[in-house]
Amino acid sequence: MAKKLMKGSEAIGEAAVQAGCKLFYGYPITPQNEIPEYMSHRLPQVGGTFVQAESEVSASNMLYGAAGSGERVMTSSSSPGISLMAEAISYMAGSELPAVIVNIMRAGPGLGGILPGQADYFQATKGGGHGDYHLLVLAPWSVQEAADLVQDGFDLADHYRNPVMILGDGLIGQMMEPVEFHQDRKPIKEPKEKTWAATGYDGSRPRAIINSLFLDPATLEKHNHKLQAKYAEMVRDEIRYKTYGTEKKYDLLIVAYGTVARVCSTAMEDLEAEEVRTAMIRPVSLYPFPYAAVRAAADKADAVLVVELSAGQMIEDVQLALQGTKPIHFHGRMGGMLASPEEVMEKVREIKSGKSQEVCHV
Amino acid sequence: MSEAVFKNPESLLEVQTHYCPGCTHGVIHRMVAEVVDELGVKERTIGIAPVGCAVLAYNYFNLDFHEASHGRAPAVATGIKRARPDLMVFAYQGDGDLASIGAAEIVHCANRGEKVTVVFVNNAIYGMTGGQMAPTTLPGQVATTCPTGRDTDLAGFPIRIAEMLSTLKTPAFIARASVHKPMHAVHAKQMLREAFTYQKEDRCFSLVEILSTCPTNWGIPPAESTEWLEKNMIPYYPLGVFKRPDGEDRAPGPIGPARRRQHAE
Repeated sequence: MAKKLMKGSEAIGEAAVQAGCKLFYGYPITPQNEIPEYMSHRLPQVGGTFVQAESEVSASNMLYGAAGSGERVMTSSSSPGISLMAEAISYMAGSELPAVIVNIMRAGPGLGGILPGQADYFQATKGGGHGDYHLLVLAPWSVQEAADLVQDGFDLADHYRNPVMILGDGLIGQMMEPVEFHQDRKPIKEPKEKTWAATGYDGSRPRAIINSLFLDPATLEKHNHKLQAKYAEMVRDEIRYKTYGTEKKYDLLIVAYGTVARVCSTAMEDLEAEEVRTAMIRPVSLYPFPYAAVRAAADKADAVLVVELSAGQMIEDVQLALQGTKPIHFHGRMGGMLASPEEVMEKVREIKSGKSQEVCHV
Repeated sequence: MSEAVFKNPESLLEVQTHYCPGCTHGVIHRMVAEVVDELGVKERTIGIAPVGCAVLAYNYFNLDFHEASHGRAPAVATGIKRARPDLMVFAYQGDGDLASIGAAEIVHCANRGEKVTVVFVNNAIYGMTGGQMAPTTLPGQVATTCPTGRDTDLAGFPIRIAEMLSTLKTPAFIARASVHKPMHAVHAKQMLREAFTYQKEDRCFSLVEILSTCPTNWGIPPAESTEWLEKNMIPYYPLGVFKRPDGEDRAPGPIGPARRRQHAE
């Protein structure tokens, strides 16, 4: 299939359709409205169903119900809407249901604003809902990567029987870029038969109960251990990251994810002309986080710079990775303001000249 | 040759109940199971358990089941039914679950005309959490969070779900029944059967509100509870069909057994 110019939101929708998603439940919220809009006209073309729910609360519980029937299902929202979905997401993790949830992050807190942000990192990677659970969180930096990660997301969700979150910022949803859908794409995980799905009990298998309630504490603890074992498997097998310029000598390592990493890569090119040696590592899987890779890349640098569209959230994982071995500097923008290549360059120069204050270790 | 005239429904498991003495959840479970059996849809029926006293409903029904978070059973039902329209989907909910925290979900599920069935058990109180005021608690009725009785100046009047949902234009089957006496139970079963039949025929959303007793949290013995229900609940929550998809029974007013009794008297 030839490359096509598509808006990120529409590419995400089309990628889901290509991955066999026939059901989408959603509620309007800016800046991701193009995803439900796309699905509302696209899904009927492939015999699928789109439902506009009365709220994100309802949409996420529709997702939970449909996921329990074994079908490939997706919803999308933006930050405040994801907060409303947190309960259902916890239920899905607890009930071990596969689903893909797209968060096109906007600036917060509260109603915040409609412009891009990355301040839902904690919510996505550290919980969001209640209980000991994790989502597998993937963060694209381009429209093409968003489309690829959505397709991979469905395979991973089915494999682990766990919700997968695609964490993009408002730029990913709104920008247009060429994207290609590979017709001969193979699943990244061997598809498994969904014998656990509730599709009607005819006596040929045990009854299917989609449930996260275990009143006996010993049974619930055992269930939790089972979930934790699954997360350990994700940590072992699903870490994804990209490095830029780490094969050369460098003084400073930049850590950034999503579209901010693209801003940083532009800054790196310009810094090269100034003979300031930088490299970058871009976590793609935010959970599981590439701690070892960040540590290894930082080992070759004198200092580390973390750039985020937040007050500094991923930086805590970078601190965990580095264990105080290197000074960490931070540049963050909030409120929907974007970091420019110029200000990243300025920050790098400050670090070089000793004018930047290193972030206090926790 | 002897013929079995009474047996346990296939859709119900023979297990010990956790429901309190005098509670009518067990009767309602049985009637739902009988209807599923009688319509021959057991192999394609999915139930949804609420948060509330019936949270463990999947321990009683011999069917595939979903747990739902508090109040969201109609959304879960929507998700399943849209994913698999060939399945029969029913949500089983109490009054705190459906009329309070899940008020939005039930209204919009009904308004979209989802072809699912909701069994709504109204006992005018929060049971599982220990007797707090429900949206359906009667004026003056004592509950642990309204120890001097429901004050309508502060808490408003009890919500009549069947009446409220029947105002929606979308075609539906909406009825209210009771199981406190055998004659009423027969009527309740008819209502459930009609509700599930509309779903089987892929016709419309259906909801049967069933008045239920809660001796434990009402604080009165089981036998007196049935009398309390008849004396206090039925005048406020009249029985009958409030809406049919063809619109025929749109006329207000109860047509159930309670009214017939009144006439007889």
